[in-house]
Amino acid sequence: MQTTWAYISNYFVYSAMAVFALSFFAHAFETAWAVKAPELAERSAGTVLQKTLDYKRTEKAARIATAMMVLGFILLLVGIVARGISNKHVPWGNMYEFSITGALAFTGAYLAALRKHDLRWLGLFVSLAVLLTLGTAITLLYRDSAPLVPALKSTWLVIHVIAAIISGGVFLLANVIAGSYLYLDSMERKGGRKPWAKRLPDLETLDQLSYRLVAFVFPLWTFSVIAGAIWAESAWGRYWGWDPKETWAFITWVAYAAYLHARVTIGWRGRRAAWLCLFAGSTFLFNYVYVNVWGTGKHTYSGL
Amino acid sequence: MTTQVEVPELGLRASLRYSWRQLTSMRTALILLMLLGIAAIPGSLLPQRAQNPLAVRDFYKNNPDLARFVERLSGFEVYASPWFSAIYILLFISLIGCVLPRTFEHFKAMRALPPATPRNLSRMESYSIFTGKGSEIDSARSWFKKNRFRIREESSGLSVEKGFLRETGNLFFHLALILILIGVSFGALFGMRGDSIVNVGERFINIPTSYDSLTFGKLINEDRLEPFRIEVDKFVAKYDPVTNAPLDYTAYVTVTQADGATKEKREIKVNSPLTFGNTRVYLQANGYAPIVTIRDSQDQVALQGAIPFLPQDGNLRSIGAIKVPDANPQIGFVASFLPTYSRDPKQGGISVFPEALDPKLLFSIWQGDLGLDSGIPQSIYRIDTEKMDRIALDSLKPGETFNFSQGSITLEGFVPWVNLQIVDDPGKSYALVGGIVAILGLLASLFGRRRRIWVRLTPSGEVEVAGLAKNGAPGLDEEIAGLVSYLKEER
Repeated sequence: MQTTWAYISNYFVYSAMAVFALSFFAHAFETAWAVKAPELAERSAGTVLQKTLDYKRTEKAARIATAMMVLGFILLLVGIVARGISNKHVPWGNMYEFSITGALAFTGAYLAALRKHDLRWLGLFVSLAVLLTLGTAITLLYRDSAPLVPALKSTWLVIHVIAAIISGGVFLLANVIAGSYLYLDSMERKGGRKPWAKRLPDLETLDQLSYRLVAFVFPLWTFSVIAGAIWAESAWGRYWGWDPKETWAFITWVAYAAYLHARVTIGWRGRRAAWLCLFAGSTFLFNYVYVNVWGTGKHTYSGL
Repeated sequence: MTTQVEVPELGLRASLRYSWRQLTSMRTALILLMLLGIAAIPGSLLPQRAQNPLAVRDFYKNNPDLARFVERLSGFEVYASPWFSAIYILLFISLIGCVLPRTFEHFKAMRALPPATPRNLSRMESYSIFTGKGSEIDSARSWFKKNRFRIREESSGLSVEKGFLRETGNLFFHLALILILIGVSFGALFGMRGDSIVNVGERFINIPTSYDSLTFGKLINEDRLEPFRIEVDKFVAKYDPVTNAPLDYTAYVTVTQADGATKEKREIKVNSPLTFGNTRVYLQANGYAPIVTIRDSQDQVALQGAIPFLPQDGNLRSIGAIKVPDANPQIGFVASFLPTYSRDPKQGGISVFPEALDPKLLFSIWQGDLGLDSGIPQSIYRIDTEKMDRIALDSLKPGETFNFSQGSITLEGFVPWVNLQIVDDPGKSYALVGGIVAILGLLASLFGRRRRIWVRLTPSGEVEVAGLAKNGAPGLDEEIAGLVSYLKEER
């Protein structure tokens, strides 16, 4: 019975990958055609180039892309729940499970932000990143469904890990937006946006958005660190021990605190703020990849 | 062309004041904050003595020159190093210098009336003007009261303010960080932490000599140990038969409280320590202790007992040393205990499962000088065989005896041992309260909206409404639109 659920989980994760791939192609199609279609139309009409671009032709592809993203999110969610049932505990016992949940959180952060902001242009990148994460998880990180080691048997696993994963998903989304900011900014400095980039939001919006995301999730990250400390106190006899994972969580916290202060108090905007945001986000990624795979210390649950 | 710049001489007081201003400036605080993050990095890349002393020793063995260099920079004790301490102490001074004056200011501002209405309201955000009937000020007042604004009455209108929670939260967040630091230092100064390996069937009495390692905070001594006793009755470890991964560890113990009479049965698990007042007892590790009897050539018992061995891998292959210093010449056994014995062509004897399904003791016997009187601290798990000769090599199953030139060794059996970690951290509740307040303060400061609204009746009978949001907080337009429609409906 246990293995049946594990198989079901795998099928759902595979299907989610297929659907994310479709979403990726739909996004790619939309991006590609949004550039070419109007130019052709204008030429045939004999008018001057460089008018406002018309996206009606690609609107359908865009809607399919988002629908596929939602479907992929649901499939992945079912896959993770099935994994949890096969494990008989929350599916956060090794790095395969962290990675698929992280992909879910990242997609979730994107879809949630999509409801309020026009972020569909990011979909191409989001679907690609999710595909790569899931691909890595399935090929390199996959481990059979297994029971938890004693140290992980705690309610705090649910609280601490869910807060950390959600924070991670939103931090990475903020990072992607800050990265887009820098890319578009350098494009504008070199003489204006290329046709495909014209429909992306203006720099000011991107700048604000990455800040809003960080400000929104920073308290949750703080909570995640504190919940981890409370758990560490009952599992390891100390709430803070400069274990590599704890150290990097602290560095991430400090980096984002610096980012928020730089923006709110000193008034950093634009490039400098975006670089700082990217730096802070990369400390989070480094913590996830380096400490889990090559690191030592008490947080070595990757199962690798 | 060069210009001569007159630099005024700064007196002592002036330069002190200048340094203080610099230190408490936001820019300095930000630089210190970034520095703190960067300074924490080497501690995660270099082995740290507090976390992993063995890795530090290996580092010394592999790169002795680099190790000495790293040592000089406190690289093996980054978080206790002078430079790391300097950064966070400066940061906290800067923080206090920043937060305290702001707290007073905020306190004053909270009790003061909102500022007077500016002359030209039309320059403000969300400005609107409409012809009124004269009762607007009264209905605006009741609207503001209902929405808990602080109100300043003026001859021609009202000036109101709301959203002090933002700054309050901000200040509480920073004060909470100070509280966390106090908690951490309190724990370091007045806490204690120790480890003791206890064989199943034996008793741990909370006095300094029971510990294998014990450290006290700088400001307390061993008088402070909570008087309790723990008898380890049974230890059960469960493992997954497929992956060999541990599933559960439980130590069943009998606890005797401080009064010496109250006894009770308790369980210690990895995530559920025992608590005695401020002191907690954790189950941190476990292993096996082979029970051996060693007899001399006259068949007299030279040594008998359970000797804890140190686990080396997930299948609890354990190494240890049995030392017989009273024999003449001295005898030592360099041994490994394999709970489920198997033979690997490359590694020799290994264990293939952590439970003792087919236990075996592998040993070599050494004769000579154990080096116990050399004054150099010795590991109880290892023997320095430099001044010794190997005289035999064999293995035993429980119940078996091996005879050698100077006597015999019998493996009587084995017992599990548990490593109890005993911790007293009087600062942790402060740190916890600090953590909770920090999160609440953070939420208030990030989502609180401070704004001012003005309502004024012009001499020509028109009503002006305008607002100003601090830090560009969103939602002011909607709020003012709501107020305006309320005022219009009231007519």
